[in-house]
Amino acid sequence: MSINLLLAAIMLINFMLVASSRVSKCIQLAAFQGGILGLVLVLMHERWTVLVLLMAMSTAAIKGILIPYMLNRAQDRMKAQREPEPYVGYTTSLVLAAVGTGLAFLLARHLPLQAGNLGTLFVPASIMALFTGFLLLITRKRALLQVVGYLVLENGVYLFSLLLVKEMPLLVETGVLLDLVVGIAVMGIVINHIQTAFDSQDTHRLAHLKD
Amino acid sequence: MIAALILLPLLAALIVWFMKPGLRRAKVLPVAAVLHLALVVIVLTRSFHLSPGAWFRLDPLGGWILLVVSTLFTICASYAPAYLALRQERDFGIFGVCMLTFLAMASVVATSRHPGVLWVGMEAMTLTTTPLLYYNKNKRSLEATWKYLLICSVGMALALLGTFFVAYAAQLGGLHEPIYLDRLVDHARAMPAPWLKAGFVLLLVGYGTKMGLAPMHTWKPDAYGETPGIVGTILAGGVTSMAFLSLMRMFSILAAAGLGDFARQLLVVMGLMSMAWAFVFMIRQGDLRRLLAYSSVEHMGILAFGVGIGGKATLFALFHVAANALVKSVLFLGSGNIVRSFSSKNLADVTGAIRRLPVSGWCFLLGFVAVVGSPPFAPFTSIFGIASAALGGGHILTGTLFLGLLGGIFVAMGSVVLPVLQGNPNPNTVRTHYHDTAGLTAPLVGALVLALALGLWLPGPLYSLLAKAALLVEGHP
Repeated sequence: MSINLLLAAIMLINFMLVASSRVSKCIQLAAFQGGILGLVLVLMHERWTVLVLLMAMSTAAIKGILIPYMLNRAQDRMKAQREPEPYVGYTTSLVLAAVGTGLAFLLARHLPLQAGNLGTLFVPASIMALFTGFLLLITRKRALLQVVGYLVLENGVYLFSLLLVKEMPLLVETGVLLDLVVGIAVMGIVINHIQTAFDSQDTHRLAHLKD
Repeated sequence: MIAALILLPLLAALIVWFMKPGLRRAKVLPVAAVLHLALVVIVLTRSFHLSPGAWFRLDPLGGWILLVVSTLFTICASYAPAYLALRQERDFGIFGVCMLTFLAMASVVATSRHPGVLWVGMEAMTLTTTPLLYYNKNKRSLEATWKYLLICSVGMALALLGTFFVAYAAQLGGLHEPIYLDRLVDHARAMPAPWLKAGFVLLLVGYGTKMGLAPMHTWKPDAYGETPGIVGTILAGGVTSMAFLSLMRMFSILAAAGLGDFARQLLVVMGLMSMAWAFVFMIRQGDLRRLLAYSSVEHMGILAFGVGIGGKATLFALFHVAANALVKSVLFLGSGNIVRSFSSKNLADVTGAIRRLPVSGWCFLLGFVAVVGSPPFAPFTSIFGIASAALGGGHILTGTLFLGLLGGIFVAMGSVVLPVLQGNPNPNTVRTHYHDTAGLTAPLVGALVLALALGLWLPGPLYSLLAKAALLVEGHP
């Protein structure tokens, strides 16, 4: 039951992310979400082995501390400037997120779960996080907010992978996390270059290339 | 031996990293490329005993694609020293390291037996090719890099979810880790269809983004437009081929589960849509590189269409991977030489390229003839094969559409390319100091000769390799 509560918290955070305009707040929310993912991993197991604890700790450390730290540092290097209005307003985004949640539940009904996982919110929460991530990626102009969107999307994928965690080989697990960290780091570097070249991190200025 | 395939390029990357800046560093690339190609050939010609616990091995499908990519890399690597000598102002340490890491990751993707490791290799490939895109270090290439990074990362996240869906299906079907690809194919029938279908849709969107199938191709024109020709070649012939291989690995599971028709329909639709999209954007295209990008979208569409038709067309689609890679390297490297001489890739400024640069110009012209599927080059063989398999197999409507789109693309591309090559250069246009040299044209000629040779004659061992690979795609163990 407590797992369902945590999953509901993750979904709630998604709503808050969609509605908030400040970059630092969004990074904070995404960090919180990452920490919860580590907690879910611990609670899923009846017996806490060293491996489970290690994996939960590394998840929480990477998604809850390391990546938010990297994003915050990138944010600090930016010049203080007014937040540009997103392509889609905050209220509309909230409505869209609500619609997405409904669709996620609908979709999840068509995918049969293993007997032990029945009733848990894993699949709808995962699909909803995916949807939220997309929404942020498409509608936000700030490059860093787009990275937060990507992070939320990855969190959704990670949430689903928890259903497999008793099975997944360590090699794959580590590889996926490592790719995520390096990916975010590369995005941070590119954002830094964008800030230098365009004197702004609004990606709607990146509109020179078209047919 | 398999480990050497992955470690050799990584070792070469380390050597490049620690060497002093200077042109000697560029010579590591061709040496490593030739050694890697030799290794691939050796591994393919010998049959190795496979231990059941091995995480990596080279099967005919991975072997064929890796052979193509390694050949393509050798062509690019032999072009690299002369190219980098032209741009001595730029330190190319990172360029060399990223190129070689790309080759290592291609080896990981081709040899991995586990879908998770396959994904990790593909994602690492996305990240290592990102700095290559930013090689020109200007605002335009920055924009292209950001789009590439973001769009491809999102695509890869979807592919990861799709991989997890398939793994969950395996778990429900009673298959336990490690879920090697061959074990997945063996147990496919016991897995629940909804998870497999949903997984394949996600994988098609995810790896399709990396391949550049429409409508997820939007990073392609920007990325190809703003990078040097050599990086364009690696993307158009290397990264896309590996993404196609990844998709085929997952397709084989669906085919073995008896869901092949579902997956094939999706592939046919995506393939035709990519070709149609490419056709529309090729008409009156004003930029040489973007034109080639849409040609790449088209050819990825041909690959998807071929596998979607199935049967004999699968074999021709796999052959087309090689045809596309060879011809794309002629076109991208050739366009690099032409753009360098005119100092513009805007087609209004570029005319009479054959008169100014006879070798590069002729190579580009022949490359164009090959890419639109004219005999006797390799793409003709595969396109003809796919079309006749489609029409012969009763797919009259889709087969006709396929041929119609090819015809339209021939006209659209020709009307853009031919004015570039023919006539006299406009006296008002810029003429840079660039001249064709052997180092910059020999790789083009080599690729063109290979494309011609493959179009005329497919050696027996290659044919049997292809036939085995096609069986693997269709889900036969």
